[in-house]
This record gives sequence, C-alpha cells and structure tokens, in this order.
Amino acid sequence: MSVLLIAEHNNKEVKSFTLNAITAASQIDQDLHVLLIGHNADDVAKSISEVPLVKKVLHVDNEIYENYIAENYTSAILKHADKYSHIVCSANTFGKNLMPRIAALLDISQVSDIIKVIAPDTFLRPIYAGNAFATVKSNDDKKCITIRPTSFEAAESTGGSAEIEKVDAADKTENTKFVNREEIKSDRPELGTARIVISGGRGLQSGENFKLITDVADKLNAAIGASRAAVDAGYITNEHQVGQTGKVVVPDLYIAVGISGAIQHLAGMKESKVIVAINKDGEAPIFSVADYGLEADLFEALPQFLEELNKLNTIQK
Amino acid sequence: MKILVAVKRVIDYNVQIRVKEDGSGVVTDNVKMSTNPPDDNAIEEAVKIKEAGKASEIIAVTVGEEKAQETVRKALAVGADRGIHVKVDSILEPLAVSKILKKIVEKENPDLVFMGKQAIDDDCNQTGQMLAAHLNWPQATFASKIEVKENSLKVTREVDEGLETIEVNTPAIVTCDLRLNEPRYASLPNIMKAKKKPIEQINASDLGVDTNPRIEHIKIEEPPKRKAGIKVASVEELVQKLKNEAKVI
Repeated sequence: MSVLLIAEHNNKEVKSFTLNAITAASQIDQDLHVLLIGHNADDVAKSISEVPLVKKVLHVDNEIYENYIAENYTSAILKHADKYSHIVCSANTFGKNLMPRIAALLDISQVSDIIKVIAPDTFLRPIYAGNAFATVKSNDDKKCITIRPTSFEAAESTGGSAEIEKVDAADKTENTKFVNREEIKSDRPELGTARIVISGGRGLQSGENFKLITDVADKLNAAIGASRAAVDAGYITNEHQVGQTGKVVVPDLYIAVGISGAIQHLAGMKESKVIVAINKDGEAPIFSVADYGLEADLFEALPQFLEELNKLNTIQK
Repeated sequence: MKILVAVKRVIDYNVQIRVKEDGSGVVTDNVKMSTNPPDDNAIEEAVKIKEAGKASEIIAVTVGEEKAQETVRKALAVGADRGIHVKVDSILEPLAVSKILKKIVEKENPDLVFMGKQAIDDDCNQTGQMLAAHLNWPQATFASKIEVKENSLKVTREVDEGLETIEVNTPAIVTCDLRLNEPRYASLPNIMKAKKKPIEQINASDLGVDTNPRIEHIKIEEPPKRKAGIKVASVEELVQKLKNEAKVI
C-alpha cells in the first residue's frame, strides 16, 4: 500500500491545508508520496520534500499547470494512479472540485470529507451538516478520499529530505480556460487556520457595521468569518462564509456576533474549542452551542468588548 | 440549446436530524422532504437562461424512489418543460447516480447540465464532477455567476480564496452555489399547469448501469454533544471568563 496525496499550492508556496492532509494521509499508510502539479514551482517541491512524513515528491512542471484546472490535473494524476492504493487531497474547494473527477474515471466510489482514519479502508465522516457521523468502509480496491483539514493537526514542515522525482506532464484540455482569480489579500490570519475567529451575521445590518467586528479582530489578531445571511446580504465577501457549504473552522475561540445559529452555520463552527455568542435574542439557537452566551445588543456590546480587551495587560497572540 | 437539470429529494434543510437508535441511518418517516436547496438554484438559472431566449428546452431529472417525483413536479412548476424520473428503491452513491445521469445525457443530448454543488443530506459534493468525467465534458463547479456565450459559458466560481472565473466550452456541466440566484416560488396557476407536463418514468435497472454500493455504512451515530454553556451577565464578565477560565485570550 502507498498513498498519493495531491498538493495544493500557488506555485510559490504550499497551501497550509496540505500539511493537515499529510497528517491524515500518513495515518492511512506511512508510505506517503506527494504529487505536485505546477509551473515554476521548484521552491514548493523543495518545501514539501522537507516535510518529514513525506517519503517522495513527484513533481510535474509544465506551463499548462500555471493555473489549477481540474481537467488538466486529473489527467496528470491518472498517469500515476496504478501505483497507489489511496489517492487523497484536502476537502476544500480545491479537492472537492478535483477528486470526484479522478474517482469517476477510476470507477471508484469516493469517500468525501473524512474527519478520522479508523483503518485504511474505514473512515469517519460527518453527514447532514455534521448532525450525524457515519462510519464508512470502502470496498473498492483503490480508494479516493478527501480529508477535512481542520480535523487533523498540520504536519511538521521541516527536517525531512524526501527524494524529488520529476515526472511528465499529461494532456491539456482545450475546453476549459482559466480567466482570472480575484484573491482578496489580507494581513489577517487565514480563516481556516486562525486561532481566534470572530464572525458576524445578519444582526450587523450593514457592511459598514462590520467595522465593529474588524476592530475586535485587529485587537485579538483574529480571522473574520460570516454567516451565509451576511454574505448573501452583501455585507462581506464569500470567502468569509462559515458553514455547511462554506468553510469549516475549528479555532480555539469562536465569537459569533449577531448570528442566530442555523444548523448550516453550526456545521461550520461547532467543533471550535470555546464558543462565545453575542445576540440580543436570548432564544437564538446559537446559545445552545455557546460556552459563554451574552444576551445583548451587539452595537453596545462590541465597543464595550473592545474597551475591556484594551484594559487587559496582555492578550495571547 | 437544451438544458438538463438534475434535482434531488432530501430532508428539508430546516429539519433537525434525528439518528436512528440502531445506528442504521437517520429518521425519515414523517419528516418533511424538499428539493436539495442548490438544486433549486440550478433550476432557476436554467429558467432564467430560457427566459432570456438562450435556451429552447429545460428537462428536469431526478433519481430516486417514487416520491422523488415531487421534486421534478416542483421544477416543472417553476419553468422546466418536462421531467424524467429514474426510479430506484435503494439509496445510491454519487458514482451510481452519475452513471445513470450519463445514460440520460446520452439519450437527451443536452448542451448543458446543471445541478446543485452538493446535496445537504450526504454532503458528498461529487455527482456533477463525476458526470463531467464520464462524459469527458468540462466542469464548472460552485458557480455563483453564469454568462452564456455563443459556444461557451463564462462562470464565476466561489473558491476558498475568493472568486475565480473560468470559461468552459459547451457541452458542459455546471454545479450551482446558493448565491447563483434567488429561486422563485411557483405560482398556483403554474403548479396546476405543471400537473399536465409530462414526466417520463424509467427504471434504473433498465439502464444497464452498475448501481451496487461500494461503501458500507457500518454505523450512523450522533456527534458528541457539547456540554451546556453559561450565560454571562455583562461584557466585563465575558472578558474575565475568556481570560481566566477558558484562558483563550
């Protein structure tokens, strides 16, 4: 048995969730190889080779991989599929887009979004927005698996020296063209990996009012999240959405402000270590998962919260 | 241009799921069922494209038990022209569903296939991409904006980093995000009219597709419950608790 993990990267650096996926993949089998598909990404190959859990890096470099297109990635991956018992990647928009295409062409029933490796063929995965956990056993000879990155610790990233093997490119699709990517640059911690997340919901009432959230986030060095309602209303952009169809976060501290707590939102944050809810509706379902609930008008509570934080001598970063 | 839209019947998104005591699944008896929410967006988008004069026919297809027809009927009520119900009594994995849909695509020859990006029951997020693979068609997943061009689509996709735009040649598969549009409600006259629209029934077993499950569900259980929290009386108390009790700030 050996496992092939598909790396997510931007040709400059490996995306942090790949390290979490590496941890999960190594629990399936120690013989873990990583396939890096990119263009001018030698630095990325080197950094992956330094991850101690990685035994080998397969590196394909071609201009057709300058941008990530699932069709092109799929043909590059299929060239190596024979040699592996498992093909895995992270269950974020990268892996969700990619893995089913590979699985279908290999005639494999994919196991999506695993949160625990029970055995090399048996996994735990949430269903119904995390309201039930399913233990599933794959009876396919080969397995295609996506991994919920926040359910696994990030692998140690230095100290290893895996071999890097250059491999050939595969066919390019003529039917899909990359146009552009609007990536919002921010100095804040990434939502998926931040230690503290503060999220706003419909209760914020406008995009301008999100400044109340931003101010606290600055103070706590927190990432900013949002409910779907807040994104739909245009208060904040989509990459902030936390929930069943948005991002799943597991910070040490999650602060939900003006969020009622629909099942779909809870799916994205209820595994957080400590949850705070600030809401003026004492009956809001968010309070049922909150360790500390504050029934208050957020427009008064948030400025006070900031004031109290300012009084503290030290704040953990 | 012909658009095929795949819809799935799922437990309504507002229902609090209950896990069966024997660990075999979740309770579905006497539970409200609805169309998978992003499938409503898929139908809506097809109808909008047809209203803009860029599509000639919309076919709604579902794969499921007898009652799954309700979702097709609902699609007909908001503007699909005819329906197909592929009847199957067991719950199929996305791989099997994608193989069935491939047969329907080969029969109907649509230029586009739309469906929701993910079903809210099994949360697999696979069927559209798998269908695209079987057909060797391009895939545009998690679409929040679609622009129909001569022989292609320009699709804005919601990705972790923000928004990505790709252009795919038709025929193509698009999986739809909830932000793609605002699904309309069916009006009473349209619900009545939809009752007269044809739904073709096909038995999955007649399609010559291997639908045997590959994944065993060993156990379905409730997730660990969080222990009940407390209400704090003031912001000051909250900050003190976070600092001194939870020690997270």
